[in-house]
Amino acid sequence: MSRNGPLALIFHVLVMVFMLAPILIVCVVAFTPEGYLSLPTNGLSLRWFRAIANYPEFISAFGDSLWLAALSSVIAVGISVPAALVVARHHFPGRNILCALILSPLMIPHVVLGVAFLRFFTQIGVSGTKISLILAHVVIVLPFAFRLTLSTTTGLDRSLEQAAISLGASGATLFRRVTLPLILPGVVSGLVLAFINSFDEVTMTVFIAAPGATTLPVRMFLYIQDNIDPLVTSISAALIALTVIVMAVIEKLFGLERLLAGEGGGRS
Amino acid sequence: MSAVVHMAPRREGAPSWLAPFLMLLPAMLLILGVVLVPLAMTALLSFHSFSSSSGISTDMSLANWAEIVADPYYMEMFLRTFRISGVVTLACCLIGAPEAYIIHRMQAPWKGIFLVITLGPLLISVVARTLGWALLFGGRNGVVNKALMDLGILSEPIPFMFTEGGVMVALTHVMMPFMVLSVWAVLQRLDPRSENAAASLGASQFTILSRIVLPQVLPGILSGAIIVFALSASSFATPAIVGGRRLKVAATLAYDEFLNTLNWPLGAAVAVLLLIAIAAIVIGCNALVEKRYSRMFQ
Repeated sequence: MSRNGPLALIFHVLVMVFMLAPILIVCVVAFTPEGYLSLPTNGLSLRWFRAIANYPEFISAFGDSLWLAALSSVIAVGISVPAALVVARHHFPGRNILCALILSPLMIPHVVLGVAFLRFFTQIGVSGTKISLILAHVVIVLPFAFRLTLSTTTGLDRSLEQAAISLGASGATLFRRVTLPLILPGVVSGLVLAFINSFDEVTMTVFIAAPGATTLPVRMFLYIQDNIDPLVTSISAALIALTVIVMAVIEKLFGLERLLAGEGGGRS
Repeated sequence: MSAVVHMAPRREGAPSWLAPFLMLLPAMLLILGVVLVPLAMTALLSFHSFSSSSGISTDMSLANWAEIVADPYYMEMFLRTFRISGVVTLACCLIGAPEAYIIHRMQAPWKGIFLVITLGPLLISVVARTLGWALLFGGRNGVVNKALMDLGILSEPIPFMFTEGGVMVALTHVMMPFMVLSVWAVLQRLDPRSENAAASLGASQFTILSRIVLPQVLPGILSGAIIVFALSASSFATPAIVGGRRLKVAATLAYDEFLNTLNWPLGAAVAVLLLIAIAAIVIGCNALVEKRYSRMFQ
């Protein structure tokens, strides 16, 4: 097979610079010793990372984001697994419509969902509560959990379940010892993708977040709207570092590209 | 599907459809209660009227819709939204598709490394990524602007913040992974032997690319383009940070109407119109693509 020519490699280097530059610059500027945004030309300093400690609202928002992402992705998987098992096993009228409906939050722009959730939660009187955040996030991550779970339930080898039943396994044992281990790869990757999407979501959440119930990306966004300073840069750098660690773990466990195939495919 | 009959654990008195129905119930309730009902409420809201003194009234009129369609101020924002999305989509096609192919042709360690670099940003918060562009080009203190001015190459900073060009560049960066991912999926199914066969028959590199590779990769580029366009047209954080309050797009307009002006009915009309416009374009493009390809493979 032919190699990439010199022109292709120059193009490739330019694209890599384009993709990496904005991310690396955040990480570099975060180490500035100055009180304003600048390259750390006079030595590196951790002062802006230490400054994060003086802003407890960012730390609590980080904690809330983690909880929200964990809770909503677990609930979304909990809803997805039984639904995906039924969709894979039974042919019933409206099956395709049902799948399209469960995947629909992926097709609806998040700004529209934000508007709709704000109106809905205000009307039913739970606006600005943690309950409303959890409900909204379960909805937006449900398609990821459902699609990745469905990808393993449809290919499930039924003879193993039949063997377990013929040996006298009860419903719960059958699920716990046979079905779940078989669909686990899809369930886990659905959980991971759901968690990441909940954690990074900003467009929809910015509509329904309130001072008492907010997330880290929303806090960062609102802060940047007013002023861009080294503090928000160091918070972003810390977040990028954390993401890179998560990415390395994902790459080791599933392969990043395979997991992200669930992110892009059919999303429109 | 006779296996289903044998498999279903028989319980006395429980009809066979009950268990599957109960298993689907949570998902159905969630979609109905927290997606369809709120969307219907928003569509309804867009017909209500609003005044700053008495708030939202529950009458029904087309006033908000008429205002958006008639007022050039709103139409300009929608035009800008779709102009930005069009340019971003084109840029992603022109950069992302060749880049995916170049990475596809690389050897083992580099292939994986560069694919992770290209797709990885998808997992990094869009706020942090957009902040990076503001640091690079934001006014006189932007790192690139400052360096170029210190070197005497520029006397004025490159206009980036609060410009359409700036939003396009930052948004292209945010959307690039979706295009690469979409083209990559198709490249995985490409048979390298067809390229080798063309080369052994004396085809030039250009002929191989345009006659062998491109036609096979095109469905991936088109589906990537549809994803990128839909996500760009509804993107919020990047235009809000780079464009600021001066350069509004449809999504930031809806946000302002809801959380600053508090004219919810107008904001709802903006959101519903955006949803309809994106859906029409996406469904139209999908139909065109499918029509074309069904003819091609028959």
